[in-house]
Amino acid sequence: MTNSPSAIRLESISKSFGSRTVLRDVSFDVNKGSVFCILGRSGTGKSVTLKLMAGLLHADEGQIYIGDRDITNLNSRALVPVRKSIGFLFQNAALFDSISVGENVAFPLRRHTNLPEDEIHSRAQNKLEQVGLGKEYDKMPADLSGGMKKRAGLARALALDPAIVLVDEPSAGLDPITSSEIDELLVNLKSSRNTTLVVVTHNIPSARRIADELIMLHEGGIIARGSVEEMEQTQDPIVQRFMASEDAG
Amino acid sequence: MLEQFGSRTISLLEQVGEVARFGGRTFVAALRPPLELQEIMRQLLSVGFRSMPLIAAAGLAVGAVLSMHTRASLERFGAESLIPAGLAIALVRETGPLTTGLLFSGRVGAGIGAELGGMRVTEQIDALESLAVDSFKYLVVTRVIACMIAMPILTTLMNFMGIIGGFVAETAISGMSFALYFDRAFSSIRFVDYIPSTLKTMVFGFLVGTIASYLGYHARGGSEGVGRASTSSVVLSSIILIVTNVILVKAIFFVFPEAGQ
Repeated sequence: MTNSPSAIRLESISKSFGSRTVLRDVSFDVNKGSVFCILGRSGTGKSVTLKLMAGLLHADEGQIYIGDRDITNLNSRALVPVRKSIGFLFQNAALFDSISVGENVAFPLRRHTNLPEDEIHSRAQNKLEQVGLGKEYDKMPADLSGGMKKRAGLARALALDPAIVLVDEPSAGLDPITSSEIDELLVNLKSSRNTTLVVVTHNIPSARRIADELIMLHEGGIIARGSVEEMEQTQDPIVQRFMASEDAG
Repeated sequence: MLEQFGSRTISLLEQVGEVARFGGRTFVAALRPPLELQEIMRQLLSVGFRSMPLIAAAGLAVGAVLSMHTRASLERFGAESLIPAGLAIALVRETGPLTTGLLFSGRVGAGIGAELGGMRVTEQIDALESLAVDSFKYLVVTRVIACMIAMPILTTLMNFMGIIGGFVAETAISGMSFALYFDRAFSSIRFVDYIPSTLKTMVFGFLVGTIASYLGYHARGGSEGVGRASTSSVVLSSIILIVTNVILVKAIFFVFPEAGQ
């Protein structure tokens, strides 16, 4: 990520699974330091788009750039430095269930830094405190509630202080209060560290709170793009219906 | 009906081919750094050390039963004194390695299939990749290596416990002394009986680890998929292990002709 104003750029991306086309000729870019929301009904390729950005899936056609670097056809080894600059919060947090919450957060530090053990512990503790889980270091993931798991997942995603954080459905399965707490954490992340956030959601109140820019995916393509206000003024009936809903999920 | 049988056979052969490719990838990845020694040790504890109680108990039982059957046959010819030697040779050459392999496939194969399957469907494998960790190397290679190291150790334990079980059964019937029993048992075992048959269990470990990892790593479809991966791991690895054993026994006889005497 050098001179490009975009943190992420997708150019004419297509992706199919068997005979089912999920994305067809999708292009957009995400500005550095912004919160970019991807809206859409279930099964419209939102999570697939996120996984393409992290190199967890490969596009059938098109190019994906992280900063200036084309990552489209990179293999796992070549993706290592790119992935170190990206944090990923999965829909169900995807915490490693055989190790404690604190060890989950310490895991990327152990793998990718030469820090001494007490420094790793202190940084993991610090990340957990940032998400309000300072006292949960030794707990196992199974002992946490859904919202706490999401926050622990976020702490792990932030462990290496990535420039980009990809967030898949931050409010899925959470009550409105916990959901807005997570939103607050994401907004703080942007304002305090100028982190670029790409958030997949079908929770419109949440998108209103956090988004600088939004796109809406429908039937494999982008049907609307703009700020919250611009999206609300669009004449497209699908977008109108979606934006009018309290939680399209 | 015939068509269905044909398509199932082709599908099975395709799967075996995929597993073979997966095994080849494991072998290549094992030679590449990082070695993941810490994770190998953790897996060795899980698949090896924690299998010891099962293997030891099974060994005792197998040894006792083999001893009783051997006695029933040999006493017809007045050759009861050969019981310790017969039992030890049968255990070390074949019964120990194969029984350990099948038990290992049941306990460890099912465990690996379920664990990796669970990690796949809950996106933990994707999470590893997103943290810039080679999930294949970290999860698959370490488990396969741990299985290959654990199998010969567990087989040796099975053999030893089998001989103990044989002694318990024999001394209960004939009152044979501990010293005499073990002298007769161990003096009959040659280097060529123990080494090739025990080392072949490394291949069993490779097969169980690779098959279970393959099925778990590629699991799909939620908890049902995890269950399927676990069950298929046991079934497929047991079948392939039994078939491979026949080939390995023939290969051992070819390389060490004295092993067949």
